[in-house]
Amino acid sequence: MKLISLILLVLVCMTENNLIEDVSAGPKVGEKAPSFKLKNVDGKMVSLSDYADKKGLIVVFSCNHCPYVVKYEDRINELNKKYAPLGFPLVAINPNAPKVAEDSYEKMIERHREKGFTFPYLLDETQEVAKKYGAERTPHVYILERKGKDFFIRYIGAIDDNAGDPNAVTKRYAADAIDALLAGKEVPVKETKAIGCTIKWK
Amino acid sequence: MQAQSSLYKLFTFSELEQYLQQYQGKVVVVNFWSTWCRPCIEELPYFERLNEEWKERKVKVILVSVDFLSEIDSRLVPFLQKKQLKSEVVVLNEKDPNEWIDRVNSQWSGAIPATLLVDSAGKRVAFAAKPFTYQELQKFVQPFLQP
Repeated sequence: MKLISLILLVLVCMTENNLIEDVSAGPKVGEKAPSFKLKNVDGKMVSLSDYADKKGLIVVFSCNHCPYVVKYEDRINELNKKYAPLGFPLVAINPNAPKVAEDSYEKMIERHREKGFTFPYLLDETQEVAKKYGAERTPHVYILERKGKDFFIRYIGAIDDNAGDPNAVTKRYAADAIDALLAGKEVPVKETKAIGCTIKWK
Repeated sequence: MQAQSSLYKLFTFSELEQYLQQYQGKVVVVNFWSTWCRPCIEELPYFERLNEEWKERKVKVILVSVDFLSEIDSRLVPFLQKKQLKSEVVVLNEKDPNEWIDRVNSQWSGAIPATLLVDSAGKRVAFAAKPFTYQELQKFVQPFLQP
């Protein structure tokens, strides 16, 4: 009997593991944001708790190779420049390094320098953080608000409504979410979807 | 916007849904891709092969490009001219992906490649947001073939 229970338990665990690969299993808007501690391009570790004196944090799952990320790079940098001084800095996290040569740690350092990024660009070598967040594509944005010691997810989705043409953007989803939080209001659009590159799971 | 081309059809998502109706009686494999997406380009030959090899088994492949509309002439058209794809190509005439991604599948985050299966009764029966090998693609479609 015990053996059967054990086998069943193992089966259940296996099923759940399989699900993580296919379907987003991360926290939903309103839930607590998973912690992380990852290596930045300067070799130093950066963790969520480092932002305990900020109002919140913009987390962008990103990489080097994805053309949709490339389209958004300047806009991601602008988000940090605009909102870091207002208490919402940005961190980018690359989960693709083990699978994509262009997304290696060395290439991250290069890209960070070339583009003059003003935010940390972190390596998620084990892909654990991307999995914990339920990230599925790059770019994939999570906006967190700090309440005391904890961070809560207030927005998941796209940066805006037009990856191809920054001049044709009509809805600035991520910026609108942060503006609302800064004004003490509820985020108007809490979740959006966008075309992006699948995270290259190991 | 560009004029309709013989290389592709330009549809809004609603127009695409309507267009698919005519293929009732066939299993339609709708693959969302873009010239920008490397794994998409890598799996394109498998969709071409399935479209050809399973034609008799009433399988129809439709390749839905989500390329940036501003780059259809400069990027997609030259790609299509070079590849001479046999499968039908549709360009999605939509601006904000957030407006239509949920209508494909509510579980889909928008990561491409992604593939939707519509069975011979016109019902959406399967969806996968991942790249396929040819064997995986066959296995994905097989259960919905008519005896």
